[in-house]
Amino acid sequence: MGKLFERFPDPLARLIVVVLALVVAGLVVVFGLIPKSMMDVNAQWADAVKREEARPIKYAGFHACAECHEELYATKKKGYHRDLSCETCHGPAKAHTEDSDKVKPAIPAARTFCPQCHAYDPSRPRGFPMINPVAHNPLKACASCHNPHDPKPPTTPKECSACHGEIARMKAVSHHVQLECTTCHDAPQRHKVSPRSVRPSKPQTREFCGKCHGKDATDKMAKNAPKIDLAGHGEKYVCWQCHYPHSPEVEQ
Amino acid sequence: MNGRRTFLRGFVSVLLSGGAIGGILKILPAKADAREAPPKGQKWYGFGVSVDKCIGCARCMEACKNENNVPREPFFFRTWVERYITRKNGVTTVKAIGPNEEPSPEAASDKSILRSFFVPKLCNQCASPPCVQVCPVGATFQTKDGVVLVNEKTCIGCRYCIQACPYGARYLHPVTRTADKCTFCYHRISHGLLPACVEVCPTQTRIFGDLNAAASPMSRFLRMNKIHVLKPGLNTEPKVYYASLDGEVR
Repeated sequence: MGKLFERFPDPLARLIVVVLALVVAGLVVVFGLIPKSMMDVNAQWADAVKREEARPIKYAGFHACAECHEELYATKKKGYHRDLSCETCHGPAKAHTEDSDKVKPAIPAARTFCPQCHAYDPSRPRGFPMINPVAHNPLKACASCHNPHDPKPPTTPKECSACHGEIARMKAVSHHVQLECTTCHDAPQRHKVSPRSVRPSKPQTREFCGKCHGKDATDKMAKNAPKIDLAGHGEKYVCWQCHYPHSPEVEQ
Repeated sequence: MNGRRTFLRGFVSVLLSGGAIGGILKILPAKADAREAPPKGQKWYGFGVSVDKCIGCARCMEACKNENNVPREPFFFRTWVERYITRKNGVTTVKAIGPNEEPSPEAASDKSILRSFFVPKLCNQCASPPCVQVCPVGATFQTKDGVVLVNEKTCIGCRYCIQACPYGARYLHPVTRTADKCTFCYHRISHGLLPACVEVCPTQTRIFGDLNAAASPMSRFLRMNKIHVLKPGLNTEPKVYYASLDGEVR
């Protein structure tokens, strides 16, 4: 060993010793001191996935509710709320499925709860059942008229709105709210029995709308209706190509 | 003198060519990897949003905060809902709605509104995620089933990924001081449940499922709708698909 070093000049021999010492120290640190888990990114990710999978679940899912609350589930399954999960209104219920006596899910009864979905909001899709919470039976609890598990209007819709609810709800917030459906449509009695083979009439001409909206309309109901000159107003088109009659758009 | 110059010229050109070859070798396989399709039978999760159905009730935001311990403060979200209002003068305004917010029926009489709608948003779980690329410590990664997760044990909270996400889907968790984001409720989907927001959505606006499955609500959603994704030009290949998306939505 000593002979080996004598072959090098003295400064170089010292340098080799220092470098060797550094290399050995480095190897010890890399292979001995740093834990394997810190170097292997795949192992870290596998750990993270395991941790993520083990997180506690808070929403049990609607299958879990149906196991005990069969009757409510069956009622809900037939109504308009059939696609709602129980936990949409009652909140997270995993704890309730584990200890049903100690933990009870919330029963939201406040008048502010239902309007979160059902208050009128122009950004909501048209035809969605909406009310004005200020004007709609103030101070009355929603559940006193509507069963939340099978919500219906308190009186069965009569006539057209029973089937054409989306149009009825739309007309109800439009300028045509005062018009009966039969003002514009002739519905034969047999339409109610065989709705597809016997169809109600639809207005066919511009002159039909002109009965109220023409500039010399004489119809009593049309006293305050906006008037136009049929000859000069969009003569190329029929009225409903621009104005949807169930919610007519007009500049006042 | 001449010898040294020749040597330097040769040395520098070898360095440069070596760098170029090395660079090409390094880039090419990486690109090939990114486009590889997932193997058959492997789950590859996707998410669908029917913009037409959203009523902006914020049940999803509420459920997400409950399920995932997201801080209650109104500026930490894993999922959120934006209200778009396009006015007749062509100006579009976007505002995230708050949970339990009182709706305003007065807006009904606002004649300047041309159209208005809600757009639910969440992490797009990109197939080539920019957040994974920029993480300096490898703390954020993509699982085999295509979900981008954050390893909170190694995350150093540098916020680089929060800056890199073009969808603004990440936030710094104020308690753990690590990056946090939507995981598709990984703890639920790995047990066969739906993500919490999908579970509670009252109008089936949100759809979740395996993109590889021949028949799943998700593959039906992709079959039956006209689909768009957010910011397709960035080549992030998002796996959150939108039906009936307005052109104003970014």
